Amino acid sequence: MSDITLIGINHKTASVELREALAFTDEEIPRALMELKRSGHAKEVLIFSTCNRMEILFIPGHQNGVEAIMDFLVQTKKIPGEKFKQALYTHKNHQAVKHLFRVASSLDSMIVGEPQILGQVKSAYRKTVECRSSGVILNRLMHKAFSIAKKVRRETGIGDSAVSISYAAIELANKIFSDLNQRSVMLLGAGEMAELAIEHLISHGVTQIFVANRTFKNAVKLAEKFNGVAISFEERIDLLARVDIIVSSTGATDYILTATHVGKALKLRRYRPLFFIDIAVPRDIDPAINKMDNAYLYDIDDLQEIVSDNMDERKKEAMKGERLVEEAVIKFQEWLDNLDLVPTIVAIRNKIETITEMEAYKTLHTLNLKTEEEDAIKRMLQSITSKIMHDPIRFLKDTGCHRNDSFYISAARHIFNLDPLNGEDAH
Amino acid sequence: MTPENSAHTLFLTATIVYAAAMAAYFLYLFKQKETLQNRAFGLVCAGTALHFTGTAFSTFAMGALPAHNLQQTLLTAALALSSVFIILKQKFNLKILGLFATPLIVLMMSWAMVLPDTAPAGDPFLRGTTFLKGFWLTSHIVLIFAGEAALALACGAGILYLIQEKAIKEKKRGFFYKRLPSLDLLDSTSYISVITGFTMLTMGLITGLIYAKTVWGSFWQWDPKEIWSAVTWLIYAALLHGRLTSGWRGKKSAMMTILGFAVLIFTFFGVNMLIGGHHQTFTK
Repeated sequence: MSDITLIGINHKTASVELREALAFTDEEIPRALMELKRSGHAKEVLIFSTCNRMEILFIPGHQNGVEAIMDFLVQTKKIPGEKFKQALYTHKNHQAVKHLFRVASSLDSMIVGEPQILGQVKSAYRKTVECRSSGVILNRLMHKAFSIAKKVRRETGIGDSAVSISYAAIELANKIFSDLNQRSVMLLGAGEMAELAIEHLISHGVTQIFVANRTFKNAVKLAEKFNGVAISFEERIDLLARVDIIVSSTGATDYILTATHVGKALKLRRYRPLFFIDIAVPRDIDPAINKMDNAYLYDIDDLQEIVSDNMDERKKEAMKGERLVEEAVIKFQEWLDNLDLVPTIVAIRNKIETITEMEAYKTLHTLNLKTEEEDAIKRMLQSITSKIMHDPIRFLKDTGCHRNDSFYISAARHIFNLDPLNGEDAH
Repeated sequence: MTPENSAHTLFLTATIVYAAAMAAYFLYLFKQKETLQNRAFGLVCAGTALHFTGTAFSTFAMGALPAHNLQQTLLTAALALSSVFIILKQKFNLKILGLFATPLIVLMMSWAMVLPDTAPAGDPFLRGTTFLKGFWLTSHIVLIFAGEAALALACGAGILYLIQEKAIKEKKRGFFYKRLPSLDLLDSTSYISVITGFTMLTMGLITGLIYAKTVWGSFWQWDPKEIWSAVTWLIYAALLHGRLTSGWRGKKSAMMTILGFAVLIFTFFGVNMLIGGHHQTFTK
């Protein structure tokens, strides 16, 4: 019997320190995979390690597979078992399949719906394939995991809306301007969130960037980073007539842009829209500006509200995702059940018997033979069938030492075409 | 089947196809699936093809563009609207405008379908259809209808702009916020539609004046339709002037397109029905 087993820790069960202690680097993974395969603890094995989780997915090679893998962790990571056993979860069979599908679909992520996880799962699988440590079951399982992850992303809104302040700001900019690549942006002050917003804007095509700072030296430094132009702090007001997006994050206690400034600028720019993103606390930009036509102002509270609304939205969409995952788990389980020896032998027998019966009927009913003659022919057909089937079935039943049964069963199913390809499997 | 009969069947089928397109656009609004939008647009094109064939049949049967009674006027105006929508959509790819165009088309078509095809009334200048065949009259009808269709779409874009602008200004991101495109795109679509519509309207009015001269001997008769047409023209002229000289864009411009279209609807139907004048017979 091949039990799909998954053991691991993640951000919910383990502290950062523990996750760091158990994590595998890209260089360590191939060595670990080959070691586990060579030692016979696992017939197929995959290691998935990111900053939020470390999981080992495997088909145990013997009864004590789980314990063996834990010992392996103790030895390679040089960490006493008591330290991580509390945080470690073990899932078997459909629980393990479900867990993997949820992880790949980003339903188990710290930020539900974050898109990087699928790429990380894919690269873990690539390493497994490169080390030849995957087999029939893991290959199929991983491909199903990729397709369910894509399906969840496609059919639910799990990744639709922005869940970070800086990204929420970009989303708004896209609702105001149709062509961000022709827009220019002015950064006032500095700060992690503001700089992140600028980076997002750049990745959306904005090329012209002006940076102003009370300390001109800092402006020059930041401008260099974004490949922009440093301007003096006083120039910010004149520049309002030229730029389209203003990101502000200074330590000023008063408004550094007032309604009067913006009113004049709007006239000069013939009321082409202006979008202000005020990330500073206390605020940098006079809230009255939002009341002016063609000027839009969002402060940090507004953006925070968008983010929390979007988080709620994602949680709702995640429920749909859970349902899709359940469905996929059931389908995979069906395939796995068929991969057992008995159903495969029964299916092969049924197929051959059906063929002989059909052919016998076609021939016999045109010949008009006596009953005993017909019976003789039928007996002959039966014995041909069972003689032909004898060796292949004996081969499948012979669970010789260290043989990968699921591989041969899968091969037999392919040879006899027992699982005709349906649309989903075709790709 | 007589050409009139086949034309009627074609119009009826076109109405059903337009209604299906409208349904697809509404589904698109809710589900946001690209395929739905593509189907909806395909249906509009199919409806327009049927509609155009029907109009061609009746034009041949009558020997003139069908715009003699209210039914024909509605049918021809709807054809102009769907054609202009197809052109603008192809050019600027503003999918969401279908949401405004299709209900308007369906409304006009259904209205036309329930009206009887009354014979043109016996106004003196209509007697003897040779009058209607003139180059000036045909150009007048085609230009005015196409222009009005473009202005209807400008109004649609204006309404969508106001909805989206409100959502962004008041920071209440509702149902439409996610589904509508950017303010920029809505504003420029509205602007381009106004330019197109205004140009056609202007040429349509000029050809109309020339036609009036050939029929009644003078360009301008202070007919209510003429006066209201001038009012409409002035509103759009003011809108374009404001935009070019003092940057009337965004909200102001959107409100002007809606006001302009309201006056235009009144000029198109209201004047004939409520006031009268020498166009009256076309909307009976």
